[in-house]
Amino acid sequence: MKIKRIGVAAIALAAAGALTLSGCTSGAPSSTEGAGSSTAIITTNGSEPQNPLIPTNTNETGGSKITESIFAGLVYYDVDGAPHNDVAESIETDDSQTYTIKIKPDQKFTNGEPVDANSFVDAWNYGAALDNAQLNSYFFEGIEGFSYDENVPELPGLEVVDDTTFTVTLAQPESDFPLRLGYTAFKPLPASAFDDLEAFGENPVGNGPYMLDGEGAWKHNEKIDLVVNPDYDGPLKAVNGGLSIIFYATQEASYADLQGGNLDVLDQIPAGALSTYQSEFEGRSVNQAFSGIQTFTVPERLPHFSGEEGKLRLAALSKAIDREEITDVIFEGTRSPAHDFTAPTLDGYSEDIPGTEVLEFDPEGAAELWAEADAISPWSGSFQIGYNADGGHGPWVDAVANQLKNNLGIDASGAPYPTFAEFRTAITDRTIQTAFRTGWQADYPALYNFLGPIYGTGAGSNDGDYSNPEVDSLLDEGLAETDLDAANEKFQQVQEILFQDLPAIPLWYYNVNGAWSELVDNVQYGWNSVPLYYQVTKSE
Amino acid sequence: MAGYIVRRVLQAIPVLLGTTFLIYFMVFAMPGDPIVALFGDKTPPPQVIEALRERYHLDQPFIVQYFIFLGNIFRGDLGVSFSGQPVSEVLASTFPVTLRLAALAIFFEMVAGITVGLISGLRKGGIFDASALVVSLILISLPIFVVAFVAQYIFGIQLGWFRTTVGIGAPMQDLILPALVLATISFAQISRLTRASVIDTEGQDFVRTAASKGLSRNRIVPVHILRNSLIPVVTYLAVDFGTLMVGATVTEGIFNVPGVGRTLYQAIIRGEGPTVVAFVTVMVLIYLVVNLLVDLLYAVLDPRIRYAK
Repeated sequence: MKIKRIGVAAIALAAAGALTLSGCTSGAPSSTEGAGSSTAIITTNGSEPQNPLIPTNTNETGGSKITESIFAGLVYYDVDGAPHNDVAESIETDDSQTYTIKIKPDQKFTNGEPVDANSFVDAWNYGAALDNAQLNSYFFEGIEGFSYDENVPELPGLEVVDDTTFTVTLAQPESDFPLRLGYTAFKPLPASAFDDLEAFGENPVGNGPYMLDGEGAWKHNEKIDLVVNPDYDGPLKAVNGGLSIIFYATQEASYADLQGGNLDVLDQIPAGALSTYQSEFEGRSVNQAFSGIQTFTVPERLPHFSGEEGKLRLAALSKAIDREEITDVIFEGTRSPAHDFTAPTLDGYSEDIPGTEVLEFDPEGAAELWAEADAISPWSGSFQIGYNADGGHGPWVDAVANQLKNNLGIDASGAPYPTFAEFRTAITDRTIQTAFRTGWQADYPALYNFLGPIYGTGAGSNDGDYSNPEVDSLLDEGLAETDLDAANEKFQQVQEILFQDLPAIPLWYYNVNGAWSELVDNVQYGWNSVPLYYQVTKSE
Repeated sequence: MAGYIVRRVLQAIPVLLGTTFLIYFMVFAMPGDPIVALFGDKTPPPQVIEALRERYHLDQPFIVQYFIFLGNIFRGDLGVSFSGQPVSEVLASTFPVTLRLAALAIFFEMVAGITVGLISGLRKGGIFDASALVVSLILISLPIFVVAFVAQYIFGIQLGWFRTTVGIGAPMQDLILPALVLATISFAQISRLTRASVIDTEGQDFVRTAASKGLSRNRIVPVHILRNSLIPVVTYLAVDFGTLMVGATVTEGIFNVPGVGRTLYQAIIRGEGPTVVAFVTVMVLIYLVVNLLVDLLYAVLDPRIRYAK
């Protein structure tokens, strides 16, 4: 009898399966409107935010994709990374040190509270205070009174003049300060947020083009639903009905969903599909450079890499790498060989800075330089590049090591660390005894962001402990300029020195790789690789 | 019987304490500083790192951290993930999903595995038996991610029979495909196990007696052969259920199932101690309960086994 029952169960199961077939092909949430519907919800990929959704504590892509959509800052960046006023009416300065910021009147948060000067000043003070330990606190370090050693609840450099005006006084001139103001850390917060910031981070209230679709719109580990904020009337006004950001644990799953018609806009392509996605989504894919660069750093403290010998060896290493070949073969053309230390999307970028030849592939020249260095002190040991094994860096590190081996005749290899945390810890506490991979993705679109924080003496991310007084003074001079072009000229002079010293060896610029479904139109990817969701239209 | 259960439950307490201690120690000993990793490729100022360490009690020595954790558990507080969600909520939202996935997979592999194994065993050496052997061997030798990707590509993308990944709320119809994938591996084991066990039982005296008593084949096979062949199979199913509850990481990742495996993997990568420890503790608990149930089930299947006293 039991067997028969099992047979019945199998049949019932097959029937149940057949039923679900008809029910599960409808795909993404749909709207009833016609082409370019203003109520259509765009589905896109994201990842579970690592932190509560508070702008000053959001520094990774999963969270910032959301905070960028629900908060409007003083300025926004257009598709080329050029800043334009959003909430700000005007940002003025005479000396690049004191800024007077006026904001547009009658702006509101989605809970009805006004967006005024205090919304910014209070949010920034909170973000800067040491006791609050915000991940983005270092963005406020230039403001007068900022301290890493004691808790400063109210920065003396921030002053509210009236409801719509406040002034910012910096400790020293910084010409690119206005450029930074579009970054997540500088968003405003409503006064009610400070009653209970943890609860606020779960259900944030903003002033941006989108807002949360009610309490509990953030379904942890699954998705977050955003709808259009009807009160937002700025330049980023959304033409669709909202955003549904689905959290994926793997790139493969998000790509399969795009293929299966369950996803509209994707901004990442898994390694296995890099060679095929452009033909599979013909006319609906993107492969363009954005503001990020991959480098590797050889700290001066390693034997053979200091002084004149070090410079020769670094130049030899750089010339021994065929960037073109690696970007073509390993990355299927989805990276672009680097010509400087910054990124090609930035204002003031040039690929002809004097000294850039050191990034060209020249195996004979490399071998000669290496031999010259050997004449100073003969090379011994092996050359290793450290990397984290959980980030897909293995193939290119091995390729670079192989080229060094072949072109310089030395023993070279990758040195993997199992996890990112272990790798970064070894770099931060300086226990790493090899070269290591480094990378930078812009916080805001400016040359200085790629230079000051990495190559200034004692700068936060100066992992190789590089120090050159000439570089420091040129960086300061650039910041003191009031004219951006003049400032960029100084920064390019910094790069000329960097080409001589090679505190990091530039490899290639990151590209954004993405694709979208047939249902959506007008998809563009911004300077920082995030799609400009507000302008995407969707038909049904 | 009741006494036996009480004894088993009491035994579980030191096991639980021991495992939380071990897991906590392992998470603590994991190389690398999760706080540093929070900043990506950028290097944070040391003072900010210190302040964050203090917030998550990471500046305390291991044993102090462990007792803070243990004390909080007794107050029902499992801690908070980096994203500010109470770990108890994470547990409550992920375990039911994995439980449903595991139950579905067990159901598939049990129905298919026992049916195939029984037929193979009864017609030992026949064409069905030979082909079942070949299929089982192929399935056993395939890594699960290959099965998962191929199934996703064919049934999800090409044929469109199933959604490519599991949708919001993990509805049952979306879980069918990942459950089938999970079931393929164990199906092979179960059918082989059932087959061997059936052949063994069929040669037993009591089966011959039943046949010579004139009982029909329809009664002998389910009542005398199958029931007595199921003991090793049930043990295997229970172990497999435990494995599915904790080890579906790969499949959950490929089908984006918001379940235990995927969440735990992310927590390990991010170094979220409280989440990892809480998850593993619950997994140990499940393992203990499932094993107890299996032991009780033996008595039902085989009247000779009794937990008297």
